[in-house]
Amino acid sequence: MISVSIPSQLSSYTDGATRVSAEGSTVGEVLDDLDRRFPGLKFRAVDEQDRVRKHMRIFVGQEETRDVKRPLKDGEDLLIFGALSGG
Amino acid sequence: MTDTQLLIGTRKGAWILRNGGGQDWRLEGPLFLGQIINHFVLDPRDGRTMLMAASTGHLGPTIQRSTDGGRTWAEAKAPPAFPKSDDPAAPSVHHTFWLQPGHASEPGVWWAGVSPPGLFRSADGGDSWESVAGMNAHPMHPKWFPPEAGGTPDGPMINQVVIDPRDPAHMYLATCSAGVLESTDHGGDWRPLNRNVEASFMPDPYPEYGQDSHYVTLAPSNPDRLWQQNHCGIYRLDRPSERWERIGNNMPKEVGDIGFTIVPHATDADTAWVFPMDGTEVWPRVSPSGRPAVYRTRDAGASWERQDRGFPAEQGWFTVKRQAFCGDAGSPQGLYLGTTGGEVWMSGDEGESWRQIAAHLPEIYSVSAVPA
Repeated sequence: MISVSIPSQLSSYTDGATRVSAEGSTVGEVLDDLDRRFPGLKFRAVDEQDRVRKHMRIFVGQEETRDVKRPLKDGEDLLIFGALSGG
Repeated sequence: MTDTQLLIGTRKGAWILRNGGGQDWRLEGPLFLGQIINHFVLDPRDGRTMLMAASTGHLGPTIQRSTDGGRTWAEAKAPPAFPKSDDPAAPSVHHTFWLQPGHASEPGVWWAGVSPPGLFRSADGGDSWESVAGMNAHPMHPKWFPPEAGGTPDGPMINQVVIDPRDPAHMYLATCSAGVLESTDHGGDWRPLNRNVEASFMPDPYPEYGQDSHYVTLAPSNPDRLWQQNHCGIYRLDRPSERWERIGNNMPKEVGDIGFTIVPHATDADTAWVFPMDGTEVWPRVSPSGRPAVYRTRDAGASWERQDRGFPAEQGWFTVKRQAFCGDAGSPQGLYLGTTGGEVWMSGDEGESWRQIAAHLPEIYSVSAVPA
């Protein structure tokens, strides 16, 4: 089980929850699991070519990744953030 | 005008402006506060399906969808997305810019123009979308939309889809770097339709393609008449001719013929309106001389008359973007425009006079007048 931190920009998909649990052995599998339960969430954060969107950031623990194939170990934290941007 | 509602898309959400009778307009919203709404459209075929092209500064693009006239909304099940590819340069949709209800004979069909330049089609009322290979995999696509051609500040795009009301297979696209493209086979194949349209920023100023077509529309009472507001002027084309005529040459020289959009009259094919902007020197893209005005032609572009009564007489620096100027189906025809300064203006006398009916909104991207 992976604990996932949800940013405010995506909390409308999770009914306001800022921390949810998900299954998966890679970042992409966890996002797919989230998308099954919260339809539409993944596409807002990762594009159709599996690239993390320009103004979104994903961390596994303290380490940032932009690779959805990055393996995850059970018990790791996945943190999704909106990048500093906009105006 | 009565029983009209205006669907307003802005840089920071959507609003609905309802006419309560006479001079009374009431603003409802916001919907999707903070989301960039490039287009907010009602399906005229069922009168209740509404689509919004939405994105945010952070999140990817989506389509918000209502099937009950805007009372409830849900996200499209499969928004426009290019086919998955292993090519590291494969495109991904940055935002949907234009939403077009399909032909009257094709209920449930919608078309979408997106950035980077792409065309999508839905057959289920906008709930799921498919890439249109006839455009997105067209052998000329890389030449029509080369990365070095640039585009709008938000990226290059297919900014408009136009369907011939007499023939669902006959379509036009307005694009930022291929000018106008035409299909006669339902989007299966496309060809440029730009003869005599200037591209002053190209080595050959009258190329086969390369023009920046800001807006194209058919005259509703004569679909063989096309009006175009181009980056390089105002044009008219009467099919079957393929040679556009620069009717903007008949505009006052001190105003010029640069702008984002053009509105045809609902029943008089010789009448149309434009909202000029300053396209001199560094392209300020504001009302020329700070004096906003609409210009109307009633003789197919042979002459133009200034219509500025009600607008600021000086120090008015807004402009009107592509989807933000429209007419209703009334007689006389009501006209509505939304400004980059977040104001909505209307005319109930076909442009003779204007009054502000809403203000203090975010930058307005689209205004659509529909029955309440």
